[in-house]
Amino acid sequence: MIVIVDYKAGNLTSVQLGFGALGLETRVTRDPAEIARAGRLVFPGVGAAGAAMRNLRELGLVAPLQAAAARGIPFLGICLGTQIVLGRSEEDGGTETLGLLPGQVRRFQPLVPTDKVPQIGWNSVAFRRPHPVLAGLASGSEFYFVHSYYPAPANETDVIGVTEYAGATFASLMGRGNIVAAQFHPEKSGRMGLQLLKNFSNWDGKC
Amino acid sequence: MLTRRIIPCLDVRNRRVTKGVRFQNNVELGDPIALASRYYEEGCDELVVYDITASAERRPIDIEMVREVARAIHIPFAVGGGIATLADMERVLLAGAEKISVNSLAVANPALIGEGSRAFGAQCIVLGMDPVRVAVDARFPSGYEITTHGFRERTGMDAVAWARRAADLGAGEIVVNSVDADGTRRGFDLRLTRLIAEAVGVPVVASGGAGKPSHLADVFREGLADAAIVAGMIHTGEFTIPRIKSELAASGIPVRATW
Repeated sequence: MIVIVDYKAGNLTSVQLGFGALGLETRVTRDPAEIARAGRLVFPGVGAAGAAMRNLRELGLVAPLQAAAARGIPFLGICLGTQIVLGRSEEDGGTETLGLLPGQVRRFQPLVPTDKVPQIGWNSVAFRRPHPVLAGLASGSEFYFVHSYYPAPANETDVIGVTEYAGATFASLMGRGNIVAAQFHPEKSGRMGLQLLKNFSNWDGKC
Repeated sequence: MLTRRIIPCLDVRNRRVTKGVRFQNNVELGDPIALASRYYEEGCDELVVYDITASAERRPIDIEMVREVARAIHIPFAVGGGIATLADMERVLLAGAEKISVNSLAVANPALIGEGSRAFGAQCIVLGMDPVRVAVDARFPSGYEITTHGFRERTGMDAVAWARRAADLGAGEIVVNSVDADGTRRGFDLRLTRLIAEAVGVPVVASGGAGKPSHLADVFREGLADAAIVAGMIHTGEFTIPRIKSELAASGIPVRATW
């Protein structure tokens, strides 16, 4: 069973439909006990980091998420979930986040007016190293992005894939141990995205 | 590199996709779910589904159709037609759509844009606009006036001023559908698209007039569009998405190559 964390940070229907298309069962929950004992966690989200962290605290989900990640279960961050996996965000005047991976989140600083913020659309991900969630996918495959801030992990070894936008080369896919985190939306990225979700569902959390 | 998006548009009436010229002489083209699936398999980057009679018939959008589209395709899609309240927006998003398109009802109630943007995020709120070419004067410095209700009503609003206001209110994207070019298949209104693209900081989707792949190249290059809507040129089978993409790639426009 794949547990999807619901912390009032956006619409989870497409995440459920993505796994559903693969014949995989999901459960959407905001119950701390259920999250703490999950065998496989998806941590999605859209919106602002400050509001999201407030929701996580109010729902009592910070400690269960940290505990679940520490137990070594396969853990997938998506979009805002990925940004919150890091320790700090520039958003909302600076927000302390979960700190499951060291690093921070920065805002795009466009060099030319045609670099719109947010980045909306399909961009390619160049793979820096192999990872079980990338099985069957070619480096340079395109995925769907919607974001104004991007992950900047402290350690180069946590970077799995990179993407270029608005003069920045950023970590669009990060991972360490049982944690993997995508800035793009695999659930909205067609066949490539579904392949990544399928790989995640088969992964034992080791790499 | 961020690629330019190609977005098929399905105008749906009574559960059938239709296509007309300037909102008239509509002909039926088939089942929306079957067409959505086909364009998804062919590599379209996004999809727009308009329930074109919901607004006129004062009924809520066909939510079951939205659910079926969401089950069939795993790329972003926008839904428009008859969305008047936050509750309407929420129903569409929970049914699996990524974006909501508002047009006439946002002109009548601009606050809807800000309310939707604050509740669901700017990335969910797409403003659709239908500008028509008019004489440049003090009221219409851009030379384009916003129309509503399928081009039938004039608003007295300048297109560039409305685009700026909508972006300030929180629209995350603007679809610029030229009344003059709509359904003609003689190319996009490049001047109009560029005027809007230069006026706002959010992505602009060009709409109306796509008849062949070079029209898309023109609107990406000269119109500064971030995305382009196609309808008749693919619905008739004259062109396919892969053919459009390969011609764009050959002319140096970045398009999604893997799907």
